[in-house]
Amino acid sequence: MIDILIAILSTIGAFAIFFASLGILRMPDFYLRLSVTVKAATMGVGLLLLCAAIIFPDISVSTKALAITFFLIITSPIAAHMIGRAAYFTGTPLWKNTIIDELAGMYDKENHRLRNSDEMPEPQGEEDQIADTEEETK
Amino acid sequence: MIKQFLMNLLLSFIWVALTGSMYYTNFVFGFMLGFGILWIMNRNEGDRSYFYKVPRIISLVFYFIWQMIKANLQVAYDVITPRYFMRPGIVKFPLNARTETEINLLSMMISLTPGTLILDISEDRKTMYIHVMYLDNPEKFVREMKTGLERRLLEALR
Repeated sequence: MIDILIAILSTIGAFAIFFASLGILRMPDFYLRLSVTVKAATMGVGLLLLCAAIIFPDISVSTKALAITFFLIITSPIAAHMIGRAAYFTGTPLWKNTIIDELAGMYDKENHRLRNSDEMPEPQGEEDQIADTEEETK
Repeated sequence: MIKQFLMNLLLSFIWVALTGSMYYTNFVFGFMLGFGILWIMNRNEGDRSYFYKVPRIISLVFYFIWQMIKANLQVAYDVITPRYFMRPGIVKFPLNARTETEINLLSMMISLTPGTLILDISEDRKTMYIHVMYLDNPEKFVREMKTGLERRLLEALR
């Protein structure tokens, strides 16, 4: 019973990591790559560690595995958030099929302050961060 | 609230000490037993909130796991098939969460669901900008997020 459970969980975990690594190659722009990689990898590593926690009868292994999973879940969203924010600041283009960008013009370029929602966004001309061609985000 | 939680923990440790097997299933069983005992023994009307919150937190955890599996399958399907089905976009999300803890937990949960990524939170902490992979309609997405994850989280915390 427990063997089957572990087999299922570890297979799902391995597949999650596989899809994450495939996603890096397949996704069309930076934000989508980040979005796919961070989450799927967290879930995959979390599931594999959970399997390790179940399979070893030693309590010290279980506590370590659970602690690692816990800190992984806490820290990886923050890393994704910081990388994504930095990418937006440096003007990394969004994919050409992006349908809406409500963040456009809300940043103060001088001091990196984000405007509040009731303030007007900075008027901007034709240029936005959404790429025009597929090549720009390769 | 915190007093009852510590009491519950103490009762589960007593259960573990009495039965003598330090295994997590035994601990969970002891915790449930302690929860039941505290519920029966509870006389003070003021301390009721603990008994509402624990089931809500557990249901939130299961709801989150379910959402995560669903989104993971969607992303995995998009990765392995040759066509792209996604319609990405950056959405403005008005926050109901006020305190630091609420915002932190909410953004952590949104970030961990595949397909959504927090880009930034405004200076006055009223709006959050989310990069979404499958965005058919921005209003619909915001409404679903508000009635789903955010409402459940705030119910569990407040």
